[in-house]
Amino acid sequence: MSHQLLAAGTNADAISRETVFWILAILATGAALTMILVRRAVHCALMLAVVMLCLATMYAMQGAPFLAFVQIIVYTGAVLMLFLFVLMLIGIHSSDSIVETIKGQRLAAGLAAIGLMVLLSLGIGHAALGPPTHQNDALNGSGNMPGIAQLIFSTYVFPFEVTGALLITAALGAMVLAHRERTSPKPTQRDLVARRLASGHLAPDPSPGVYALHDAADRPALLPDGSTAPESVSTALAQRLVEDEEPPAVMKEVES
Amino acid sequence: MSPVHYVALSVILFVIGGVGVLVRRNAIIIFMCIELMLNACNLAFVAFASMHGNLDGQVIAFFVMVVAAAEVVVGLAILMAIYRARRSASVDDANLLKY
Amino acid sequence: MTPIGATGMLRESWLLLAFPVFGAVVLLLGGRRTDRWGHLLGAAAPIASFVYAVIAFFALLGYHGPGGRSRVLHMYDFIDAGSFHVNMGILLDPLSISFVLLITGVGSLIHVYSIGYMAHDPDRRRFFGYLNLFIAAMLLLVVSDNYLGLYIGWEGVGLASYLLIGFWQSRNSAAVAAKKAFVVNRVGDTGLTIAIFLMFAEFGTVSFQGVFGSVHSGGSGVATALGLLLLLGACGKSAQVPLQSWLLDAMEGPTPVSALIHAATMVTAGVYLLVRSNPILALSGDARLAVTVVGAVTLLFGALIGCAKDDIKKALAGSTMSQIGYMTLAAGLGPAGYVFAIAHLLAHGFFKAGLFLGAGSVMHGMNDEVNMRRYGGLAKYMPVTFATFGLGYLAIIGIPPFSGFFTKDGIIEAAWDKGGTSGAILAACAILGAGITAFYMSRVMLMTYSGSKRWAAEAHPHESPATMTWPMILLAVGSVAGGGFLVLGQRFENFLGPVTGVPPTAHGVWSAAGGIALALAVAGVGIAWYMYGRVPVPAEVPRGSFVTVAARKDLYGDALNESLLMRPGSWLTRLSVYFDNTGVDGLVRSVAALVGGSSGQLRRWQTGFVRSYALYMFAGGAVLVLLLLVVRL
Repeated sequence: MSHQLLAAGTNADAISRETVFWILAILATGAALTMILVRRAVHCALMLAVVMLCLATMYAMQGAPFLAFVQIIVYTGAVLMLFLFVLMLIGIHSSDSIVETIKGQRLAAGLAAIGLMVLLSLGIGHAALGPPTHQNDALNGSGNMPGIAQLIFSTYVFPFEVTGALLITAALGAMVLAHRERTSPKPTQRDLVARRLASGHLAPDPSPGVYALHDAADRPALLPDGSTAPESVSTALAQRLVEDEEPPAVMKEVES
Repeated sequence: MSPVHYVALSVILFVIGGVGVLVRRNAIIIFMCIELMLNACNLAFVAFASMHGNLDGQVIAFFVMVVAAAEVVVGLAILMAIYRARRSASVDDANLLKY
Repeated sequence: MTPIGATGMLRESWLLLAFPVFGAVVLLLGGRRTDRWGHLLGAAAPIASFVYAVIAFFALLGYHGPGGRSRVLHMYDFIDAGSFHVNMGILLDPLSISFVLLITGVGSLIHVYSIGYMAHDPDRRRFFGYLNLFIAAMLLLVVSDNYLGLYIGWEGVGLASYLLIGFWQSRNSAAVAAKKAFVVNRVGDTGLTIAIFLMFAEFGTVSFQGVFGSVHSGGSGVATALGLLLLLGACGKSAQVPLQSWLLDAMEGPTPVSALIHAATMVTAGVYLLVRSNPILALSGDARLAVTVVGAVTLLFGALIGCAKDDIKKALAGSTMSQIGYMTLAAGLGPAGYVFAIAHLLAHGFFKAGLFLGAGSVMHGMNDEVNMRRYGGLAKYMPVTFATFGLGYLAIIGIPPFSGFFTKDGIIEAAWDKGGTSGAILAACAILGAGITAFYMSRVMLMTYSGSKRWAAEAHPHESPATMTWPMILLAVGSVAGGGFLVLGQRFENFLGPVTGVPPTAHGVWSAAGGIALALAVAGVGIAWYMYGRVPVPAEVPRGSFVTVAARKDLYGDALNESLLMRPGSWLTRLSVYFDNTGVDGLVRSVAALVGGSSGQLRRWQTGFVRSYALYMFAGGAVLVLLLLVVRL
């Protein structure tokens, strides 16, 4: 039973498999093309997620369920999220301009890509590739996971150990690279209090909305003395202000 | 589906990823295109595994994933460090090593 | 015939070379520390060699029986490379011992003379060092038993000649003359070098015994080639035409040098070479003819030059050239002439050295003045010099019973005996030469010792000290008695015969040709008295006929060398320099420019943009895939 579950996806009949393949293929290709054409980085990340999920399904179709789940959990779930975190940290607004700075780069890239594609297709075309269908049972004879485990811990145990070391090294490296050296000693609580007493601004600012007249996100908050707090409107919203639209009365104050 | 189709799809994705590396300027986007290329390779490996009838291709794809993860970690850390120093994530701005 | 190994006293014959080598090494390496006693050591070395030479000579005389009077002392294996073996050995036979006695005997006298002559020169010690070096090299030349050892000595005397001509280094004329002597010598040396190469190529050996034993196998073509090449070498060393231009300029050196090297010994090395190589010359009539022609031309050439020179040393140098022409002429006549060539060489060594030392004595007394137009009437003031010079003069012009008569007569008769037109022409040249010799030597005597005093204002001629006069006296004894001693009774013929062969026809003391020569000599003396004895000698140089003008310019020898060799040579050099600068350097520079230019272009690929580099990698990857597919499909 578990054997059959693990071998799931190999027992579907040919037409459905072919249909699923073509849908996934077109989806993946489209997502990849979109990925390289969009301007905003976040959109690119989302398209990459789509591609990865399609690929995960294809792994499952080819009798690699373990790999499919690892793809979703590790690749899409961890690696892509890591990308998004870094995006948020450093460049959510960063977008490329359409204009290409290096002369002939796009043309050369296109030519090289077409050339490589042709060559690889030629190579594949000449290689002897056979149908897989009746081999899936032999493939997962005792189950996919035990089979992979068998290989990892006997034939490929050395690469396994080495990649373990690689991961440790990568983690250490990331820590070292992202580390910020303090140029001044970390202020203790006593220092913070002293700073606050010296600034004259003793009490914390009231939480947002205390003096609010409106609760729209594009309206600034009011300060106790009646003035508006310009930082309370997100710059993303401030950027989206359409030029010829009459700004709301309070927004005018923000910009003045 | 015969593995030829999967390998052909892998080729297409790989080439698209390669073009992406060459034409995009944002460093993070370039990274993501590299990830796309790695994924295409993984697909090819899995297709070959199903073709040969043994699990070696899948194991290799597994290791590729591990290495890609490690690479992303370190690469993004470097990118963060560069961004902190130069306030720009465009690869064209790091062009001091020229004639 | 295989020479026998040396035994007894002759086993120490390496001492002959060791004494002067030791002297040279100590004096030249010791430096200024040896200045105080250097001249004594320098003079003692050739005297020690002379003592040994006399012992060896008497030892050789005592040998009779098989092997004759030749002994070889094997010293060491010099070269042992594949099929080329050269063993250094000392060959003592009548020919070499004659030369050894001449070199060490006359050399010792000149060394003693130099003690006095160079007494005021601060570099006297260096002078003696070079003289000892010369003696060592010359001895090596004559006692070596193979052509390679001879060549080493040959080069050594060339070096010593260069060092001694240019001894007064601060004088530009001396330096130029030394260089000229060396270069012209070198031209001749190529002949000897190629001859040695040819000997090795044809016979596989360069030792005398080996070459002379197998020279028959080469045939007359090889023998002619060897003979002509050896003649070329002899021309260079002995200042024969066409390599004669250096001898007159060599008079820039101190007078003892002129006496020893350029009169008695070094310039006779060429004659030694030819006589020693007589088995080779015996096989080639053409080579012998060439030798006689060279000798005849040179004897007239030198005589004409000597007639017009006002510098006493240059006049004597012209005389040397002429007398060696006589020796070369005799050496080309075959066995008939070898004995007389060597006999004349030995006699010439005595009287020419005596004449040069006398000239040096006159210069010493006249404040180093060499122009004979400033001499005159010196006989009263320098009697010993006058007497010894006079005896040498009588010897050289061939007045019996002095040495020159016997030896020159022998040469003239040997030339006459050759027969045919060539024999007649050669004998005529020799006789004519005798007349001209008498003329110019009488001119020298008359201008120097008799007539009115034409001295410079501060001149006060005085006789030279004993260290200078005694050698002149001893040499004069040789001038008087030497020739007769050798020739009369066939003494020298019997002595030297085993090495060179004896003259086929024996002559008496008097002959028709000799009589004509004597008559011409007396005529020459008379003409000289008519031109220089009767009327006072003019102080400034008169214009003279075109022959005189030509003779003053060394019969245009220098001009010919310059136009034939020097100017084309310097054009060739300029062409080579131009080609080197534009062609070779241009090639190198163009390579550098190419690299620089291409790098200037190629570095533009370093745009600094990471994406360009990524593009190159991508394209490279595509090329790799292409190559893989091309190979595997």
